[in-house]
Amino acid sequence: MAGEKRKGLQLLDFWVSPFGQRCRIALDEKALPYEYLEQDLGNKSELLIRSNPVHKKIPVLVHDGRPVCESLIIVQYIDEAFSSSSSLLPSDPYARAQARFWADYIDKKVYDCGTRLWKTKGEPQQQARKEMVEILKTLEGALGDKPYFGGDEFGFVDVAFVPFTAWFLTYERFGEISVEKECPKLAAWAKRCGERESVKKNLSPPEKVYEFIATLKKKFGIE
Amino acid sequence: MEKATENAKNPAPAAPVKLLGSWASSYTHRVQLALRLKGLEFEYKEEDLGSKSEELLRLNPVHKKVPVLVHGGRALPESVVILQYLDDAWPETRPLLPADAFDRALARFWCHFADDKLGPAVGAVFASTGEEQEAAVRQVHENLALLEAELRDGAFRGRRFFGGDEVGFLDVVLGCGSYWLAVFEEVTGARLVDADAFPLFHAWLRDFEALDDVRETIPAVDRLLEYARGVRHMLLGLAGAGGAANPADEAPVAAPPAAATDIAVDI
Repeated sequence: MAGEKRKGLQLLDFWVSPFGQRCRIALDEKALPYEYLEQDLGNKSELLIRSNPVHKKIPVLVHDGRPVCESLIIVQYIDEAFSSSSSLLPSDPYARAQARFWADYIDKKVYDCGTRLWKTKGEPQQQARKEMVEILKTLEGALGDKPYFGGDEFGFVDVAFVPFTAWFLTYERFGEISVEKECPKLAAWAKRCGERESVKKNLSPPEKVYEFIATLKKKFGIE
Repeated sequence: MEKATENAKNPAPAAPVKLLGSWASSYTHRVQLALRLKGLEFEYKEEDLGSKSEELLRLNPVHKKVPVLVHGGRALPESVVILQYLDDAWPETRPLLPADAFDRALARFWCHFADDKLGPAVGAVFASTGEEQEAAVRQVHENLALLEAELRDGAFRGRRFFGGDEVGFLDVVLGCGSYWLAVFEEVTGARLVDADAFPLFHAWLRDFEALDDVRETIPAVDRLLEYARGVRHMLLGLAGAGGAANPADEAPVAAPPAAATDIAVDI
């Protein structure tokens, strides 16, 4: 058994991770069966360390024994390796570039700022709040009046951002930001995405995210 | 970035290409090198990062940085996005990314590593002294060791360049920044790329720097040295004044500064 190369798709992941959820959504959008392997991040498995020796992080997609790391890279890999099913990235070069740009923007900004929202208090938290509103408004601007970031079809940028919609409630309760109030179009987009099977199935319920963060806060002695 | 309008058509490949950049920016060099490798003509506009043009701010309102590629009037910021766009928009030219999906994922992974880990670590060496610098140097060595391992027994073993026999996406991304390593060694006194500790990385860098296209793209070493000396002098002066100025951040500082924080130590 030890020498046998694993066939098919496995996803090393952690239940509440928005980065992992991007991959789960992409796999479902492409109707690809895979084995989900929940990881204990407090006690990392030998498989995880072997699959992602550089960062030792989830998510990792293992395809026929070969690991692919970094959520957006995984999503692009899924799109390119299984190109016969509907594409997540548009075919037009300029539209593709825009999609990559906005996915990169989301990666650079949202998670870090969101973390500061619940991890800090006082002045740093005020700063985080201001920044988060700016980030959300910028993204709302990119969405415009389109149903999805990609236009008429749910695509790459939608996949990149939608897991964070499960965090809006947490931002609201700990960071006092109402996405509904500040960015109604974004809130509407979140609701629209929430009606898709792949999203419904894979996003954490907002209350669960909130509980998870509340527990972390207690653990770190914040508030 | 401009929103794509519903019936906007993609610019024809023959439409003019313009690049807004800064002469010392390794991110700008990446795009210049890529355009050269693909044999694509372009107009170049030098931006003064201490006093950004209205055009730059209009074309890249989100990040306000160079490089920005303008093709047929449409703006594309972010060097890594631009490089992939060049492959997509000019498919008849020499491709930068490999064809195979897994190889592409690997190239993207190490490119992200270069920008997310190695670059900031080198920036930290450049912006610090003493013990802080020693810790930063150790970090750089750890990162280089990972690349060395990939060249020795991993995904890139046996290859002259990361792209294979010829340079590709990862060579362009890593190479344009790595060019600065020798400059920083000279300016800070820190030992970064030890030929004994990292023989394959060292050999790759030497081969990369020897390419005609690279020599025509990247400014002469003495200009880079002069520039780096000036920036380090200023950074250390500011750090003394109160608060470590990490050039990897976009920290707003006094004069010439924006230039320094934007481009001084990218890798």
